[in-house]
Amino acid sequence: MEAVHTLDGVPIARIPLDGRGHRATGWWGMMFFIITEGTLFAYLLFSYFYVGAQSPTWPPGGPPELTLAIVNTVILVVSSIPMRLGTLAIRRASRGALVAWAIVAALLGVAFLIIEATEWSRKPFRMSTGSYGSLYFTVTGFHFAHVVVGLLLILEIVWRALADRVSAARPLAVETVGAYWHLVGLVWLFVFFTIYVSPYLW
Amino acid sequence: MATTVAAPRAAGPKHKYESGIWSWLATTDHKRIGQLYLYTALAWFLVGGIEAFIIRLQLYGPNGRIVSAETYNQLFTMHGTTMIFMAIMPLSAAFFNFLVPLQIGARDVAFPRLNAFSYWVFLAGSIFMNVSWLFHAAPDGGWFAYAPLNTRVYSPGLNMDFWVIGLQILGLSSLAAGFNFITTIINMRAPGMHFMRMPVFTWATFVTQFLIVLSFPFITVAVTFLLFDRFFGTNFYEIAAGADPLLWQHLFWLFGHPEVYILILPAFGLVSEVLPTFSRKPLFGYPVMVYSLILIAFLGFGVWAHHMFAVGMGPIADSIFGITTMLIAIPTGVKIFNWLGTMWGGSLRFTTPMLFAIGLVSLFTIGGISGVMHSSPPSDLQQTDSYFVVAHFHYVLFGGSMMGLFAGIYYYFPKITGRLMSETLGKWHFWLTFIGMNLTFFPMHFAGLDGMPRRIWQYDANQGWDVDNHISTIGAAILVVATLIFVINLVRSRRSGARAGNDPWGAPTIEWSIPSPPPAYNYATIPTVRSRYPMWDMKAPELTASVPHSPAGEKEVTVKVGGATAGHIETPADTQLNAENAHPSAHELGIVMPTPTIKPLLATLGLCVSFFGLIWHRHVPIIILGGVIFVAALYAWLLTPLEPEH
Ligand SMILES: [Cu+2]
Repeated sequence: MEAVHTLDGVPIARIPLDGRGHRATGWWGMMFFIITEGTLFAYLLFSYFYVGAQSPTWPPGGPPELTLAIVNTVILVVSSIPMRLGTLAIRRASRGALVAWAIVAALLGVAFLIIEATEWSRKPFRMSTGSYGSLYFTVTGFHFAHVVVGLLLILEIVWRALADRVSAARPLAVETVGAYWHLVGLVWLFVFFTIYVSPYLW
Repeated sequence: MATTVAAPRAAGPKHKYESGIWSWLATTDHKRIGQLYLYTALAWFLVGGIEAFIIRLQLYGPNGRIVSAETYNQLFTMHGTTMIFMAIMPLSAAFFNFLVPLQIGARDVAFPRLNAFSYWVFLAGSIFMNVSWLFHAAPDGGWFAYAPLNTRVYSPGLNMDFWVIGLQILGLSSLAAGFNFITTIINMRAPGMHFMRMPVFTWATFVTQFLIVLSFPFITVAVTFLLFDRFFGTNFYEIAAGADPLLWQHLFWLFGHPEVYILILPAFGLVSEVLPTFSRKPLFGYPVMVYSLILIAFLGFGVWAHHMFAVGMGPIADSIFGITTMLIAIPTGVKIFNWLGTMWGGSLRFTTPMLFAIGLVSLFTIGGISGVMHSSPPSDLQQTDSYFVVAHFHYVLFGGSMMGLFAGIYYYFPKITGRLMSETLGKWHFWLTFIGMNLTFFPMHFAGLDGMPRRIWQYDANQGWDVDNHISTIGAAILVVATLIFVINLVRSRRSGARAGNDPWGAPTIEWSIPSPPPAYNYATIPTVRSRYPMWDMKAPELTASVPHSPAGEKEVTVKVGGATAGHIETPADTQLNAENAHPSAHELGIVMPTPTIKPLLATLGLCVSFFGLIWHRHVPIIILGGVIFVAALYAWLLTPLEPEH
């Protein structure tokens, strides 16, 4: 009976379930999830530019007010820093620092959501007003939903850190959530440029 | 990475997930999920085929009266949607699932539970789309569902609601599978299997998944806009509110053309496995084969507007897209010549998989050439929306994709089930398919050139289309018979086909080194790969013709090689095969396997509840309930470790 099926007959190791590269499978998974989500936003913004290029006046009510959006951009970009510091902290096995930095990042994220909701309520148009309104609220709304998911993930990280389930040897959860949070910030930069800056450029 | 082999453990009590229906509902085994995809997709293939046959009966003669115009619209819409998203794509997915971990020497895919989720979501989406028949409201806007024709104003019924939501669900399934397989191929390959040693099917999978990850977001965006327009009153496609009438077409075809390659590249990959085996020659020009796959995928993103020559984009855009479309014929032609080069001078064995592979090479070439014909905008203006186009893409999708997938089914059936399919019935299936296919679709070229438009439910007599349509319908009837033979062959061979053994074809890649069907853990130890064709390195070339591809029961097979009889091969007796197939369980070897779980299924059910709430009068509490089930199942799933604690 042939129990061992090999090509050269030398048993080397059991095949691990989590891959053989120097990167964990979970890390690759998050990378390609990020690429998928990034692509989704790229195509949303493509639609914005396409409809804009075909319209006689774009945006219909003139370029949008910038103040709140600039404040929000700063907040979200800055929030990537504590997230990064949290990741570095867990690599040093400093669980307390991770919790502290993650909470700072989450608070900045909440501030972003509040300001974003405020900005929405001040807009003179709604989602159903015209194509511009539809695009504006869908693009920023999709991004808003991604921030909400990011906040839930950060809360999960805090919870795991308090329950002693992440460590310097198992930092993967923190690293992937960190990567996701950076994606959310990066995507916002593109959204900000498209919706707020580009109308001033053409 | 574990470097010590754990001591064999005593087999524990049998878990309820290890047998019966639960073993399928809770499975995380890529081989079982592959089979679920296979049989589900074949079932939808039959449904899509019935739809097509009713269409052909309606068009048999002038002024057909079998179905109403409304039903006819639903039939051609659902035929296209079913064949593309519920038959060909998931048939490819069946092979991605079953084969890729075996071909790269892995225990499973990178994310086994996400893989199960992809399958359940696909099943849910396909059922959702077809439930519409029960409400007499099947989608009726064409498989490309041009907006604004499909906004609430012009398509007020439930029909396109089913389409929009169903397609969104199916897209989610493909996207999840996409990054799962990319991660698998990047991160789980056996030692020594670097990229240029990967089997070509794995390469085709790799390229296809990139196409999915980069092109499906286009349809997600397009369908999300349409869904918002239909359900929440947005104005993405409402021209009066400032929308552009071509936005949908651009988004759709930016997805739609790469989709063509998503449908055809896996079939190319399968054929590239079959042809070397039955030619007893390595694939001709392997590196060029790989580069042309990548080039096709890359160029595939730059040709979408050739579907829009008739909308008036202007001469510059028309010229650019005409040229890029002609360019893409080059890497495709390279593949055809490489397959011919593989067969040239080889010891050809005309088994059923080989016949279907040759069928792809010849029929896809016809579809490719008619494709180049309408890459020229002036000639496209004559052909567009006529039956010429219908002929073209059926040569590509039936003559190409389906032929390749049939080749793959006959070739890998022994690996999947441990039994060979009947060669006699297989050859009947092939020849009837080949003849029926050409009778059905070749006359459509002429009907189209004579001006017969697509998507008409009736036509008047004496326009010169009658004979063409008679022949097409007769061809379709032959295809029905061929498909019945295939189903009979499949069912009978699964029960009582000849036993296959590890390697019935004398194939070159490592999946043929393990028992058929493979044990749950695939490889007891990691294979180390030192070449592109490890099995041929090991086995002496004299073993060339050991092909027990006989009908059940036949013990001695005469194998013909290159037209001459090469020798007599004895099929191993069943007892011998049983010994070869006996293998220790994962328990006995101490191999840790992913725990079966129904959480991916529960998460899918949550999604179903939400989408049901959306279509059923936008019932908000039900939508929220479904969301809660989904999030809870997902959270429980992420909290449970993949492997049992040890
Ligand atoms: Cu195309």
